[in-house]
Formats: sequence, structure tokens, C-alpha cells
Amino acid sequence: MLPFDRGPWPLRLERRSKPSAAMRMASSPLAALAMLATGLLVFGILGKDPAAAFKVFFIEPVSSIYGVGELLLKATPLMLCALGLAVCYRANVWNIGAEGQLTVGAISGGGIGLFYGAALGSWAPPVMLAAGVLGGMAWAAIPALLRSRFHTSEIFVSLMLVYIGQLLLSYLVHGPWRDPAGQNFPQSQPLVDSALLPPLLDGARVNAGFIIALVLAAVSWWFGTATAAGYRMRVGGLAPAAASYAGISERLNIWLALMISGGAAGLAGVCEVAGPIGMLQPVVSPGYGFAAIIVAFLGRLHPLGVVLASLLMSALYLGGESAQMELQLPASVSGLFQGALLFFLLAAELFIGYRLRRVRSSSP
Amino acid sequence: MNIEVWVTIAASAVGAATPLMFAALGELVTERAGVLNLGVEGMMLVGAMSGFAVGVASGSLLLGYLAAAGAGVLIALLFAVLTLSLQANQVATGLALTLFGVGFSAFAGRGFVGIPIQRLPPLRVPLLTELPVIGPLLFHYDPLVYLSIALCALIAWTLRRTRVGLRLRAVGEAPAIAYALGEPATRIRYLAVLFGGAMSGIAGAYLSTSLTPMWVEGMTAGRGWIALALVVFGTWKPWRVLGGAYLFGTVTVLQLYAQGLGVHVPSEFLSMLPYAATIVVLVVICRDPKTILLNQPAWLGRSFHPGY
Repeated sequence: MLPFDRGPWPLRLERRSKPSAAMRMASSPLAALAMLATGLLVFGILGKDPAAAFKVFFIEPVSSIYGVGELLLKATPLMLCALGLAVCYRANVWNIGAEGQLTVGAISGGGIGLFYGAALGSWAPPVMLAAGVLGGMAWAAIPALLRSRFHTSEIFVSLMLVYIGQLLLSYLVHGPWRDPAGQNFPQSQPLVDSALLPPLLDGARVNAGFIIALVLAAVSWWFGTATAAGYRMRVGGLAPAAASYAGISERLNIWLALMISGGAAGLAGVCEVAGPIGMLQPVVSPGYGFAAIIVAFLGRLHPLGVVLASLLMSALYLGGESAQMELQLPASVSGLFQGALLFFLLAAELFIGYRLRRVRSSSP
Repeated sequence: MNIEVWVTIAASAVGAATPLMFAALGELVTERAGVLNLGVEGMMLVGAMSGFAVGVASGSLLLGYLAAAGAGVLIALLFAVLTLSLQANQVATGLALTLFGVGFSAFAGRGFVGIPIQRLPPLRVPLLTELPVIGPLLFHYDPLVYLSIALCALIAWTLRRTRVGLRLRAVGEAPAIAYALGEPATRIRYLAVLFGGAMSGIAGAYLSTSLTPMWVEGMTAGRGWIALALVVFGTWKPWRVLGGAYLFGTVTVLQLYAQGLGVHVPSEFLSMLPYAATIVVLVVICRDPKTILLNQPAWLGRSFHPGY
């Protein structure tokens, strides 16, 4: 039973004989446009001039070098997390705890930077990045182990570990890692300069993390299209029965998917700590790990799509901040747009498999 | 340690368990119809926000609860249209529902942060409430607590003993067969999803108007996910879900009282307990794949589209 199946509608929804390639490309831009239209409508309802609000939301934040740098800076953790999640979801493994893996990556990488940053000198950033990746992997290893060994849903386990990871970080910065000279603020000492990622542009905060994310996008493209492991993971995701008949190990796929996405999210966490934040504090991410779920779907689980989608999502974050400052709109408007975007996307995907057809009579 | 402290702990555990029960029982009905709605957290938040807002604005908690149930139904309808009519992936759509609910409730409820609300008064049974120990333990809760237990009994009876329950279960196990036998499978699934939405809305409103009478962004703090896990833990059986909810209520409350009981562990580690406990009980239940295989509705999470 599809809507418009009966009743006086002049349109019918019917299944296409094969999925539409054009719609496959168009669904994400369509969803973004629908979200934009909704956004303008919301601005109108809130009594703001939609054109002015659009300018404040999308144009002003990126009309300076600093602004462009911020766009790329915020896109970095989104891109890193979403690239990993895309690999994961293509393998039909539902890691929704990237936020937790990001947090633990921030703890492990940031911890190395705090305690060995000065001693490591110019080696500090690479060692910290590696520690961040390992931290994220370790956190993702828990759902991987419990799913592959005890058949426990990775959805629940990875999500519960988000809360546990955040509480762990909170404990560390309130307790043992708190800066004694920090006037009782729950934060660590600032990282030494040599432990910070080098900036890319003068007059902007975007750092080498963005380049790492782009390189990983290329690697993930290669992994998905040119390696046997990437192929096996996709088969395992699309047709689990066929995969197991062909001798593809489900257990290995689960581990690979969670290690890749956990490592990428951990990298995102340490990039935040060694980048814009520069220290450990109780909250290291405004929900990048959850927004990355939307980014992964918006990018149609494809590396190139993820790169573009993370830029759009980053623009949403920036626009939200700008609208908050200039139009006194609530910051939560970004969260509203993010959620609406994913809904529009799921609805737009319908037209990959179905199309609207005009009919003359109202009943068949 | 005197007995009054333990009575207080037990009584607050019942309170903490009540929102979990509403949400988990609603999701249980949804899942028994074969639909996996991972949006419980989002629906709870929308319910918590709208229940609180309407409760404050109208001065009537009853209207608040009705609004919360209505809001839960509306947002669940969004999920139902996408997954049941438009065949969208249930897992992805459920996640979307949660992300949307988090954003929407924060946005729409921004004017209600920091406003106090009068919580639901407890029922008082003459004489019985005054009894020592038994009084505060059994006869001193607000009406929703008793309602949640009655709801559990009603759902258990309906699923097991009535034609409605049989039809719902048939759709959850084998929708194609149920459809071939003349059951309106999609409509039954719709109703089950909407029921789940209403219950999640009520669960949220209980949180914001009774358990912690205030509205804060993201105040469910993962309770929607714990409710989802409880359905698995209870192997899709209402009374076991009730037991699980009380177990989790106890864990949640114990961490609050632990400091007072002389447990010297940093509060962050105590706050981890409910989440860690969720993982542990899931592992215990899922360890033997047969437990899940025998109890999980056979068509759970899979779409069904007649005529195509």
C-alpha cells in the first residue's frame, strides 16, 4: 500500500523496472534543496526576512579567508567520521557510536600530547594521531568483539559506549588531568605548540587534518573499488547469504568495518584536540559523530559524496552559529535542519526505485 | 543502614523505571508487528518537550500527557510513512527520527528551559499509604506508575489471549502470509508504530513532568536506547520487560545513592553504570543465538510491500 494508490489523486506512484541512475545522483541535491526551502520557511515563521536570513546563514560565514578556513576546519571531523561510517554501513554494520570513538580518540591522542608532547618534539603530532586512531579502534573493538563473539547488536553497544566515553573524558578533566593552574576550570593544560597540527592558511584555523581527511577519502575510494577486502565487505553488506556461501567471513567483515570506522573517528577526535581546541575539555565535539551519520547517507556512502556532504554539513554548523549571533536565532536550529535533511534524503531515495505517473481515471 | 533508606531507594527505583516501561512496552508492540523503530530516544524527547510545554501553558498535566502522546504519534507517523509506505530502511529512518527529535525538541522547547512545573501528586490510599514500609513502598506513587503496570498486564493479555494480539503477531512473524489470509498487514503495522509513538511520548512527558520536573535539552540521556535494549533483554515479552525496567531503575537509583552508602568512586564512574549494565545484559541475552532466534519476531526490521 503506497500513498496515492487510490483516491482522487491525478498521480500514481509506480515501481521502476530498474533503479534510476539519474535519481541516484539527484537524490542528495534534491534533499538539500528541500531542506533549504524548509529552512527559509522556518525563518519566515520566526519573523525573519528569509533572504536576509539566507545571507546570514550561508553567505556571510564564508565571505572571508577566515570563514572558508572555518568551513574546512569543521568539515574535517565530519569527513573523517563519515568516511569510516560509509565503509561500515556499506558492509551492513551499524556503528552509530562514532561520537564515542571520537571522544576516546581525543583522550588517547590528547593524553599523549599532554604528557609526552614536549619530549616528542616535532614527532608529537604523528604519534598523537596514531594514538588517536588506536584509541578509536579500541573503543570500536568492544562492539566488534561483542557482535562477532556474542551476537550482540553493535547498534546498542556502540551507542552506550558514547555515554561511557564522554563520562570517562569528563572524569579525566575534572580529576587527574585537570590543569592545576586552570583556576578550577575542568580542562587540561594547553598542549605545547609543537604538539599542535600545523595550520594550512595564514589567517585561518584550518590545519593539516583537512589534508589527512582528503587523503583518506582517496584511500577509501581505492579500498572500496580496487581491493578484494573492500569488495568482500560490500558483498557481505548487500547479500549476506551469498557472501557466506562464497566463503566470505562475516566475522572478519565486522571487525574490519568497526576498526576502520573507529580508527577514523578516533583520528577526528585527536585532530580536534590537536587543532582548534588545543587542550582536553569536558566536551570535545558538538555532536560531529552523530552528524556524520547524516553526512554518510547524504554522500550516498561514496567517498566523493561524503567529501561534498561534509562541506554542506559544516556550512550548516557555521550558519547556525552566525544566525545565533546576528539574528538571535536559537543555536538548536542547526540540529533541526540536520534531522530534517536526513528525512528528506530518505524520502528522495524513494524516487530511485519508484516514479510518479500521471493517470486520467481515478480508479483502475 | 536502616530500613527507611532502602525503602526510599526502592521507591525511587520504581519512579526511574516508569518512563523506561512506557517506552519499552510501546516499542515491544511495534516490534511484535515486525517494525524496528530506533527513534524511541527522539520520540521521547519530543514527548518530554511537548508534555512539559503544554503542561506549563495550560496548567493541566493531563493535557500535557495528551499532547505528549499526540506529538509522539505525529512523529511516529513520519517514520511509518517513510518505512511502511515508502519502503525506506527502518534502521536509517529510526536514526533519522532520533536525530530529528533531538534537534526539534531543543529548538521548539527553547522557551521552556528553567521554568518550574508542579509534578504529578502521588495517589493516597486512606490508611494504606500511612502504613510503615508497605505504605511508601506500594501506595505512594503517582497514577502513571500504576498505569504502566496495568499497561503491561493489558499488553501481555492482548498479545497472548486476544484476536487483535494474534493478528499483530502474525504480521510480525510472516506479513506475506497474514496478508494473503486477508489481514491488512500494512495498516496493522501502522497502528503498532503509532502506538509505540504515543507510549514514547508519554514516557518522555513522565520524565519532564514527574521524575525530574523540568525541561532540559537532550534530557532523556540515552533512556530511549536503554528502553530499546530492554525489549531485547525481555525477549519481546511484556512481563520480562517490566522486570528489566525495574532492574534498570534500581541500577540508576543506586548510583545516585552510592555516595551516601559509603561507596567512594568518582561520580562519573557511577553514572556509567546504567550504560555498562545495558551492554552486559544484552551480551547475557544474546550470547546464545537460539534465545534471539526463538523469541524475536521473524520479520523484525524487514519491509513488506504487498502487490509488488
